[in-house]
Amino acid sequence: MRRGHIRLAAGGSMLLLLAATACGGSSSGGASSGGSSAPGVTATTVTIGSTQPLTGPAAPGYSEISQASDAYFKYINENGGINGRTITYKYLDDGYDPTKTVAQTKKLITQDKVFAIFNALGTPTHEKVIEFLNQQKVPDLFVASGCQCWDDVSAHPETFGWQPDYVIEGKILGEYVKKNFAGKKIAYFYQDDDFGKDGVKGLDMEIPKSQVVARESYQTSNPDIASQVQKFQSAKADVIVSFSIPAFTALLKLNALKVKYDPTLAVSNVGSDPLTLSGLLEAFAKQGGSTVKGSDLIQGVITDGYIASPADPTNSWIKLFQTIHDKYIPKLPFDGNVLYGMAAGYTFAQALAAAGANPTRDSLVKAVEAGLDQGPGLVPFRFSTSSHAGFTGVQIGVIKGTAVKLTGSPATTDDGNGPITAFDGTQPEAPANGIPTSG
Amino acid sequence: MPAILERSTLLRHTLFALVGIGVLLLLIHNLGDYRNSQLAPIAYTVCAAAGLTMLVGQSGQISLGHGAFMAVGAYTFALLQAKWTSSHPNVQLVGLLAAGVVVAAVFGAVVGVAAARLRGPYLAGATLALALGLPSLASYEKLSDHLGGSTGLNVTSPNPPTGVNAYRWQSIICCVSAVLVLWFLSNLSRSRVGRSFRAVRDDEVAAALCGLSVARVQVLAFVVSAGCAGLAGGLLAIINLTAGPGAFPLSLSLSLLAAIVFGGLGSMAGAAYGSVLVVMLNLSWAQTLTDKLSIHSAKVANNMPLMIYGVVLAVAMLAAPYGVQGALHRLRMLATGTRKS
Amino acid sequence: MFRFLNLTLNGVSLGMIYAAVALALVMIWRATRIVNFAQGGMLMFTTFIAWDLAQRHHINYWVALAVAVGAGLVIGAVAERLLVRPVENGPPLNAVIVTLGLLIFLQALAGMIWGNAQAHSYSPAYSIVGYSAGDRTLLFSPNDVYIVTAVLIVVVVLYLLFQRTSLGLQMRAAAFSPEVARLLGVRVGRLLTLGWAIAAALGALAGILAAGTQTGYVQTVGPFDALLVYGFTAAVIGGLDSPIGAVIGGLLLGIVLSYADSYVSNNIQTMYAFLILIAVLMVRPNGLFSRSAARRV
Repeated sequence: MRRGHIRLAAGGSMLLLLAATACGGSSSGGASSGGSSAPGVTATTVTIGSTQPLTGPAAPGYSEISQASDAYFKYINENGGINGRTITYKYLDDGYDPTKTVAQTKKLITQDKVFAIFNALGTPTHEKVIEFLNQQKVPDLFVASGCQCWDDVSAHPETFGWQPDYVIEGKILGEYVKKNFAGKKIAYFYQDDDFGKDGVKGLDMEIPKSQVVARESYQTSNPDIASQVQKFQSAKADVIVSFSIPAFTALLKLNALKVKYDPTLAVSNVGSDPLTLSGLLEAFAKQGGSTVKGSDLIQGVITDGYIASPADPTNSWIKLFQTIHDKYIPKLPFDGNVLYGMAAGYTFAQALAAAGANPTRDSLVKAVEAGLDQGPGLVPFRFSTSSHAGFTGVQIGVIKGTAVKLTGSPATTDDGNGPITAFDGTQPEAPANGIPTSG
Repeated sequence: MPAILERSTLLRHTLFALVGIGVLLLLIHNLGDYRNSQLAPIAYTVCAAAGLTMLVGQSGQISLGHGAFMAVGAYTFALLQAKWTSSHPNVQLVGLLAAGVVVAAVFGAVVGVAAARLRGPYLAGATLALALGLPSLASYEKLSDHLGGSTGLNVTSPNPPTGVNAYRWQSIICCVSAVLVLWFLSNLSRSRVGRSFRAVRDDEVAAALCGLSVARVQVLAFVVSAGCAGLAGGLLAIINLTAGPGAFPLSLSLSLLAAIVFGGLGSMAGAAYGSVLVVMLNLSWAQTLTDKLSIHSAKVANNMPLMIYGVVLAVAMLAAPYGVQGALHRLRMLATGTRKS
Repeated sequence: MFRFLNLTLNGVSLGMIYAAVALALVMIWRATRIVNFAQGGMLMFTTFIAWDLAQRHHINYWVALAVAVGAGLVIGAVAERLLVRPVENGPPLNAVIVTLGLLIFLQALAGMIWGNAQAHSYSPAYSIVGYSAGDRTLLFSPNDVYIVTAVLIVVVVLYLLFQRTSLGLQMRAAAFSPEVARLLGVRVGRLLTLGWAIAAALGALAGILAAGTQTGYVQTVGPFDALLVYGFTAAVIGGLDSPIGAVIGGLLLGIVLSYADSYVSNNIQTMYAFLILIAVLMVRPNGLFSRSAARRV
């Protein structure tokens, strides 16, 4: 009896010992990469890491992005690599759970010893590791999120955004709506987090407040948005501007169908991928009215883009990415997510090429700060020593068929009070072999 | 063993705790950054699981929602950290963690009062709904400005003393907390309070006849258990630099329950074994195993760690219904049995 | 007023789906005194099967439904024999952990087979465009009529099965007092298996009905987990033992959530579920319709 108790108490403190030995195994790593100057870089390889939602609530759609980047890197590797080094892309699943993002990022830095973090996905997830990455002086390139928060050179010198931030997008989309729907009633539908709120901030800079008749947000955990749509309908909104993810853009359309409500939709880039939307709505088309195809339900939706559109198959970038898609990831749809992943991969390859024959973490950051060519983008990057923001603008487009047809010319602006100006530069052609050179 | 240790539980537990801390410090010193970054979550899980096993194993109540108490601890930590700056980082750290414990314990008392009226699946249902409902409050319009909405609040990690690296410092904070919790709960379990918990668990009517207020005992169990979860929540906030609704999903609450059932219900050591198992399975082992299998299909490989976790949960329960402690006990019985024959 | 009417109708339709899930949980609770956390996973899996048939291979809605219900029967029976039977007489929490393990297993398996890369939609059986009321449109469509009718039919059938057939009597006996039932020659084991099978089949129906209400419902995690939680909440409100309670609980939950979403805030739906549950349980600690005074787990 007594011995049993002692054992129990002993367990009480020895257990953690067991815990620790259980993790023991290979303790502190002295695996400094042979002869090379930077972690994750050898004479023939560069290893980079990322956290991505491969499972969990954000996996639909977004889990394609990392596969697409990986496909592009494989293409590079089979064609000689960058400065003779192949790129190994380790992307770990965080299930869009910030706690897991922290654990997986620590694993990438301390165990896998990656050279840099690339295109880590998500605002709530990546926010939790940005301090850590900067403390550790790990380059944190091209975060896959349009939060303004990645552009803070003094606090986060290692972190760089990539896509245009949501305020910029909101401004340009807002200006378009203001010009084209003067006097109409406008409603906002937005995700209740930084993504939606930043977007609304941008919209409010352009659209007069008196014109906005309803502002409704949604939680990603609650797909029942009947009450929001009821409010839009009773406010008789003619136009709904939506900063939503594709799932909720589709829900918005569906719930409007249910009550025979047909407002004009203007949707942020994140939530407007036509293939994703028509896929989601396809099943409801027949029972949702007279239309036959899912894509019929989204014709004419206003949106914006910042990368070349698949609607233009003659574009050299689309040709390049289509070839890579068909060879490496033919099972995935050739949609906006895949384009996004490959385009971001291209930008990374540019940065790595510019970081020199013997890249270090410092030279990589300097290379991005020196500015990068816009590549497959429609507008230039803002990268400099004083700005870590990515693309500076977007181009308005309208969904036509299964792609976004871009209209007019791209516009650029900043996320403050700066004016919106048309960008008249032209997009460079994709390099013949599809691989950027240091230049 | 010296007679004094045989006689005094408190002394014995204290000695073990001191030895435990010493050994752990040595270990932390020798572990690399990566291993320390795994040890810390194990240690804070131990805090929460040990508290939960007091409630479930010893007082006989169930909670599927301990993540809610962790959330209270974490938010308390984050909110106060933003308000209170101190020139003594260590004093501030202890103060913030203690505040998390107190607020979570008070919250536990409120939940406990309601819970004392409920039994079995009804209590399970209520706590489950709590685990889901409470974190959502962060997004409530009237509170979201204070609670940071769905993104949550940011937490800054305490600065380590000079010469200690950040990973080790986090491990030390968490491990010392875990040992303290185990020390406290082991003593509590051997005290009058612990006996009253078990009396209520075994037979409410008999316990009431002996003059125990069943409801009061049950509320107390919730208070103790919630306090421990509050501490775990504060630690989680430090490690993850955040207090946000996303950090406290239902799966967290359920994995705590899995940890204590795994280890062997009601035993402090069991809570610790179980935490090691569940955390390591989640953070590392399932992935390592998957990597070893070298699966080509991304679909299969992505889901393999999850599948391993699920299978281990079910199979472990079938193979060792009384957890690690139960299995050890049976082994011991077998060993002594064979020796006798 | 019109808005109030629409919210009520929306709540009724949603509530009936919660009721179906609650009913499945009640079936299993009555049979084996276990709360089946794998229910959400089981109905997710059967819905994926139906989705594969109906959306990918363009098989008729009713055939896909029948196959899913059949698959539910099999999954329920296998789960009971393989996983639940061995822990039935062990510590009650073990059954919780086993069903949790099964839930995670099914989510992973579905991910392996169908992938996590996309959320899928499921075609509803009937039009989702609401009926017209004057120049306005009700938030109630032929498909909602179908949902309500389907669940009501199931409730009636189950009622008749339990109350009017000898099989039902045996099932009740096996659940109520297995030892006595066994003495009287009832093959208790088989009946418990049957109870699980029926519950899983019922879940399969609920899954398909739910999937047809929203775009992107068919994914391995997310909506189906929420469905389980609301179903469980409804069952507890009704008093786990009572099929009628499950239906009332489901309706109550559906309607109150619909009002609160619109009139208070649509950001804290799970909190309302908790508040309704607590309000009911504080007044009636064993739910609205529970007759048994079972105090222990």
